[in-house]
Amino acid sequence: MNSSIIVFPGSNCDRDMQVALEKLQFKNTMVWHKDSVLPKSDLIVIPGGFSYGDYLRSGAIASKSNILKEVIKLANTGVPILGVCNGFQILIETGLLKGALLRNRSLKFISTDVFLKVENTENKFCSKLKKNQIIKLNIAHNEGNYFTDKEHLKEIENNGLVAFRYCDASGTVSEKTNINGSINSIAGIFNSNKNILGMMPHPERMINKEIHGDDGLSIFLSLIS
Amino acid sequence: MKITNEIVKNHGLTTLEFKEIKSLIGREPNLVELGIFSAMWNEHCSYKSSKVHLKKLPTKNEIVIQGPGENAGVIDIKDGDAIVFKIESHNHPSYIEPFQGAATGVGGILRDVFTMGARPIALLNSIHFGDVNHKKTKHLLNGVVSGIGGYGNCIGIPTVAGETKFNESYNENILVNAMAVGLAKKDKIFYSKAKGINKPVVYVGSKTGRDGIHGASMASAEFDENSEEKKPTVQVGDPFTEKLLLESCLELMKDKSIIAIQDMGAAGLTSSSVEMASKGGLGIELELNKVPIREQDMTPYEIMLSESQERMLIILEEGKEDYAKKIFEKWDLDFSIIGKTTATNRLVLKFDNETVADLPLSALSDKAPMYERKSKKIKLPKKFDYKDKIKKFEIKDLILKLISHPNFNNKNWITSQFDQLVMGDTILRSGSDAAIIKAHDTNKGIAVTVDSSAKFCAAFPLYGGKQIIAECWRNLIAVGAKPLAVTNCLNFGNPENPEIMGQFTDCLKGMKEACVFLNMPIVSGNVSFYNGTNQKNIDPTPVIGGVGLITNLDRKLIDHKLKKEGNIIIKIGKTFGHLYQSALFLEILNLKDGPPPEVNLTNEKNNGEMILKLVSGNLIESCHDISSGGTIMSLFEMAIGGNLGLKINKLKSTQNYIEYFFGEDQGRYLIEVSKANLSKVIEILKKDSIAYQEIATVIKENIELESFFEFKISELDNLNQKWFNDYNAN
Amino acid sequence: MIISLVVTLKKSVLDPQGKTIQSTLNNMGYKSLSNLRQGKYFTIELNETDKSKAENIVKEMCEKLLVNQIIEDYKIDSIK
Repeated sequence: MNSSIIVFPGSNCDRDMQVALEKLQFKNTMVWHKDSVLPKSDLIVIPGGFSYGDYLRSGAIASKSNILKEVIKLANTGVPILGVCNGFQILIETGLLKGALLRNRSLKFISTDVFLKVENTENKFCSKLKKNQIIKLNIAHNEGNYFTDKEHLKEIENNGLVAFRYCDASGTVSEKTNINGSINSIAGIFNSNKNILGMMPHPERMINKEIHGDDGLSIFLSLIS
Repeated sequence: MKITNEIVKNHGLTTLEFKEIKSLIGREPNLVELGIFSAMWNEHCSYKSSKVHLKKLPTKNEIVIQGPGENAGVIDIKDGDAIVFKIESHNHPSYIEPFQGAATGVGGILRDVFTMGARPIALLNSIHFGDVNHKKTKHLLNGVVSGIGGYGNCIGIPTVAGETKFNESYNENILVNAMAVGLAKKDKIFYSKAKGINKPVVYVGSKTGRDGIHGASMASAEFDENSEEKKPTVQVGDPFTEKLLLESCLELMKDKSIIAIQDMGAAGLTSSSVEMASKGGLGIELELNKVPIREQDMTPYEIMLSESQERMLIILEEGKEDYAKKIFEKWDLDFSIIGKTTATNRLVLKFDNETVADLPLSALSDKAPMYERKSKKIKLPKKFDYKDKIKKFEIKDLILKLISHPNFNNKNWITSQFDQLVMGDTILRSGSDAAIIKAHDTNKGIAVTVDSSAKFCAAFPLYGGKQIIAECWRNLIAVGAKPLAVTNCLNFGNPENPEIMGQFTDCLKGMKEACVFLNMPIVSGNVSFYNGTNQKNIDPTPVIGGVGLITNLDRKLIDHKLKKEGNIIIKIGKTFGHLYQSALFLEILNLKDGPPPEVNLTNEKNNGEMILKLVSGNLIESCHDISSGGTIMSLFEMAIGGNLGLKINKLKSTQNYIEYFFGEDQGRYLIEVSKANLSKVIEILKKDSIAYQEIATVIKENIELESFFEFKISELDNLNQKWFNDYNAN
Repeated sequence: MIISLVVTLKKSVLDPQGKTIQSTLNNMGYKSLSNLRQGKYFTIELNETDKSKAENIVKEMCEKLLVNQIIEDYKIDSIK
């Protein structure tokens, strides 16, 4: 399987993502944002970080990059696109995913492990997981508070487009477990075609059982199968 | 402009120093030249009050590749790998503008590390604020923590360890010390020593503005309509540009284009150009019109003294200019050839086709003043009889008070604002005695820690200096790492005060003794003097950053969290019950006198090596060193961390409980041992004559000591977070 | 009464955001753009009728909270 990771000035989690993908035998290429051509890819990843320093709005400046025009073309043909953290913010700024990622409710940067409830497994990213399974991933962000209008919220809730929700270790989803104030505790969403996943938590940080945990591997394993 | 006495004074120079300058250069300096001297001869750049004493410190051994004198220290960790690290202070700017002061402190220390060719892999910080009730404390705490997080998170380097302390000693002068650790290849270290004549001197990074220029010369100049723009400006950090600078420099460093490189930190272009040229025994000529500027009409004085951030000065190989330019342009950074190296041993500055400064480099560097200031001998405080004073207290109440105290509260509120996992190599996060980062593409672990003991140093600096090195050693050992070397940030008051100088020299003496005995050289650091006000100096606060090595990460990870019910806790090291200068006495009972605990270096070494022996034999489940708060705090931290209980053994009838549990004798650890391994461990301890005692058993819930207390873990955990969370709630 | 307030970084203080946004716009084709600085805009509604009293209240708010006087300047844009 071939993967491409898009690298912007200020991307930080590109190498982390490469390590995770190569652990599962993906053949990965790092693609610079100024490139105008994408290599043949079975998966495109927009990694986490602070592209352009998060200046103006997180992901806003990166979304205007040359290379994203190609990513949008490919997205429309059904190629899986994964946006993690800043990558999720960039996907929203391009319009490939709808909604907005606002400042965390606490107004502080939050770096912590979180429990997530898997909401939907009928897609390329979560096929190796079970519905309602609890997984542990890590978040580190300032603007992860997902918000969208009533119409779109209805659409994603009713059509199985919510990927993960913040919960506690036993799977309870509540305001108390909603780490950043996201509407309906949403941590990740799909587009209507389910080939694009945007998520705030970092799966690439949980790939080692002995160290922090390996729940992140399941997402990459789903993509390979 | 005529140089008056007032102008000299406003530049931080004494009349004697000005006389010396005139004698060295054979004439009176002009204003630009005076500015340059004021920058190079100030305490921060010249180390004039400390150099003579710092020379006595142990800075070399078989693993040191580069000691003090370069941008950072470098040590060999085998297999062609090296660790580059340093700690530095940014105290005064952080008091004025806490967010930017702390942020630019992080930026500066990162540049010191990557300028040597190392990719930074960890950030640490030691921050000290005034009393929690002081009107400025909350604002400063918030600003500093946000600033550190804002910079470190954005540039994408994990902030994995640190310490935060509150004490009225820092009411008028907080301390913000930032440490960075980087990984490099041993044969690809870059230095700042210029080599070769007529080599291009290249400026890269952000444009130069008026950031940080002291208003010294403005004080006596006339104000006109442009004066508003000329007022001193606070430096603002741009972590995004620093990330670009980091990546572009590391890219250029892949081949041999760079002869020498240094970041522009304190005193910006002045210190970097002077230091690079003088180290190489060369001269340097700069054309200031070629310096990229972001403000209009900047004068040579301003250009040379600006402290704009995120800039580097490079001496490039001839013929590599276009190649280097392409790399920096890819990353959208300014690149300008601003001068060349010469054979004159002089600093020559040109502006608008005129020579605006022409100085011998030796006058600026090695002929800078070196003072051996008067120091007062400090007497060992006498012990006093406290038995009656502590009789009335219940251990249970003392524990609750200590665990709820700001200085003992869990610092989760702070550490959760720092990304700890970015770069994917963090093995052990903050909370244990040290953090561990995997050296990328190897199976080695780098343990990192930072710590200080200001109260011990204030009570008796000789013991304090020894203790803080020993504590650093223990913190690394406690996670199973072999301690390798340290960096130090020496935060002291006014060196013109003999008492402060006495604190400084005695701390260094103590530190030296411990470093030599434990074979842990000091490879980098900085000195920050003049912390305090006219009325009051801060407590002497040497902050020590340590680096250790775990040769193989496949073995079991050792942290401080209890692992399993039924396991036994053994205390390593003898307990005499030293309460003077303990957290209990100082923070809770307000008993301020007496000597700090003494360090027995032989025991320290033997006990530490024993811990490593037990770790390599896979005989320990968890480990915690005993430090502030004594045995009881360490026990509680292990229990809360592992969410398991403890049944603490009762003492012999002759032992005093308060002394035993709150005493801060040095050289001690707590280890958790499984029942299966217990007899083997005891056999090994006995064989090497290591003092030990079985003191508790791990149980499912509650921490109990029969007849004294029984606490629920959750109750303790809440108390241990409550103060900090409440303080920051509004 | 509605007071519009603009808060900007002091003229000589580095504006990393403004610098980056300007560079992006230049790259998007806006070649005639020579400088861009980013600031904050507040609309403050007060239950006051006296214009100068309102202005003083806002000035105090600026000094106590809204403006970091070490690195920022403020200007009252309009009072309606």
